[in-house]
Amino acid sequence: MNPSARSSPGSATPYVQVAPLAVIFALFLVVPIATIVVVSFWDYDEFRILPDFIWDNYVYLLTSQVTLATYVNTVKYAVLVWALTFAIGFVIAYFLAFHVRTMTWQIVLFILCTIPFWTSNIIRMISWIPFLGRNGLLNSTLIHLGVVDQPLEFLLFSDFAVVLAFVHLYTLFMVVPIFNSMMRIDRSLIEAAADAGASGWQIVRNVILPLSKPGIGIGSIFVVTLVMGDFITVRLMSGGQSSSVGIAMSNEIALLQYPAAAANAVVLLVVVLLMVAAMLRVVDVRKEL
Amino acid sequence: MDREGRSPGFYFLAAFFALFVLFLYGPISTIVILSFQGPDGGLTFPMNGGSTYWFANLFEKQAVGDFGGSFSRSIRLGLIVMATTLVVSVSAGLAFRRPFRGSTVLFYLAIASLIVPSILVSLGIGLMFNILEWDTNWYGSALGAHLTWTLPFGLLIMFAVFNRFNKAYEEAARDLGATPAQTFRHVVLPIIAPSLIGVALFGFTLSYDEFARSLMTSGSFNTLPLEIYGMTTNVTTPVLYALGTLTTGFSLMVVLLCLAASLVLQRRRRRHGSDAGRGI
Repeated sequence: MNPSARSSPGSATPYVQVAPLAVIFALFLVVPIATIVVVSFWDYDEFRILPDFIWDNYVYLLTSQVTLATYVNTVKYAVLVWALTFAIGFVIAYFLAFHVRTMTWQIVLFILCTIPFWTSNIIRMISWIPFLGRNGLLNSTLIHLGVVDQPLEFLLFSDFAVVLAFVHLYTLFMVVPIFNSMMRIDRSLIEAAADAGASGWQIVRNVILPLSKPGIGIGSIFVVTLVMGDFITVRLMSGGQSSSVGIAMSNEIALLQYPAAAANAVVLLVVVLLMVAAMLRVVDVRKEL
Repeated sequence: MDREGRSPGFYFLAAFFALFVLFLYGPISTIVILSFQGPDGGLTFPMNGGSTYWFANLFEKQAVGDFGGSFSRSIRLGLIVMATTLVVSVSAGLAFRRPFRGSTVLFYLAIASLIVPSILVSLGIGLMFNILEWDTNWYGSALGAHLTWTLPFGLLIMFAVFNRFNKAYEEAARDLGATPAQTFRHVVLPIIAPSLIGVALFGFTLSYDEFARSLMTSGSFNTLPLEIYGMTTNVTTPVLYALGTLTTGFSLMVVLLCLAASLVLQRRRRRHGSDAGRGI
């Protein structure tokens, strides 16, 4: 085949090559989301879902005090986890990118950080139990040292435990993209800043931070969307005592109230997309691709 | 940054990094140690004897549900997801090197697939199968659900790979009379092979660990994460930790195998890359 035939716009090759991807996304992403939207207008009783067009699911959802409280709680988790993963992730990425001098060491330390990421999330969550529990390592150590006389109850099955588990699970989603952005920063810019008399802190604040923005954006989108849609971490780590949008949905699913769950899902999707759009206004992520 | 000595900042950052690593590994090490409790041991320290009792307990079927079955289903599903992700991502990655109609829509669909909460994908596919009166199962609906999570990662890795790919190699092959298939097989594939291991690793482990997307899609037979979740709500013995230790060990083995394979491939490429003028 000659090159001009290969690159002609009418060539069928790219369509054949991309067809499997398009079919999978159509079947398992587009149609299912459309199904959710349709079902959110359906009616239901205890036994089945009934095709219909009613607004009741949304009216009930949007006028309920519980919905608002659930969203406030979920957004609270998202903001706290975002702030913590960003702070930790930025420092770790900065250390790896600018203070570790050889590439071998960068790779070794980087792999060291990624290995826990490959084990089951649920196992990583329950592994906090023997550490934070009433008779856990931390409490017995604190009592042994005489810091407290009673075990601290807030450590496990609490908002504290939920946020801690999220940070443990998702900080890597911040480290990787920020590190990636930092590695692309031209080192001569930093030397120029240093020659112009900038202190280390000023270089971080005025040179590295702005240039890392695309990575921070990608990491933030990951962390925020993962936390907003989560139900398993909140349920396990709060011991069922805190609510989140995901938990509300999974409860409705368990009770077979699919139209109610679908309405909840549509509202969640809209909220998540608005949050992502807001983040994309602050940083131009496309620069990174 | 000075090249001679380490600044005080370095030691502060190194200490921070060490704490972070401790934070990552601390809890997991705790359950690894606790899984070797004696038969009378509980869920917390102090250790009550030492044995492999709880690991043996794990394989007694009636004791903790169907661990063997769910483990083998998860591995098989992971391998199918891995193979599909690999083929579909490479193929789509090749397509995206040239402009074609609908490429923007498809790109944004891939991004959307990453940011749509998992439970929504799960609910949507579950509902779709429910309405069509199809049965959900791990090798059909769950496979589709997992692919919506692994394919965007695969595609983004392929973008990164082809952005750095030097097209001169392909042109040279074409000028020498290679067909597109020969060019792909003998030139493109060996060059991108090490990155493909990354795609495979992502595909397998993301699927192997996926909980939310399996929830409404895996049908009557559990995958491993669903089984583990079930255990967290009704098992109160260190058998839970034995399971954690075993699956963590398995994941670690997969990662290390992939790293080793990638190293071997890179080394081979380096050796074969310098054969110019040797008359091979």
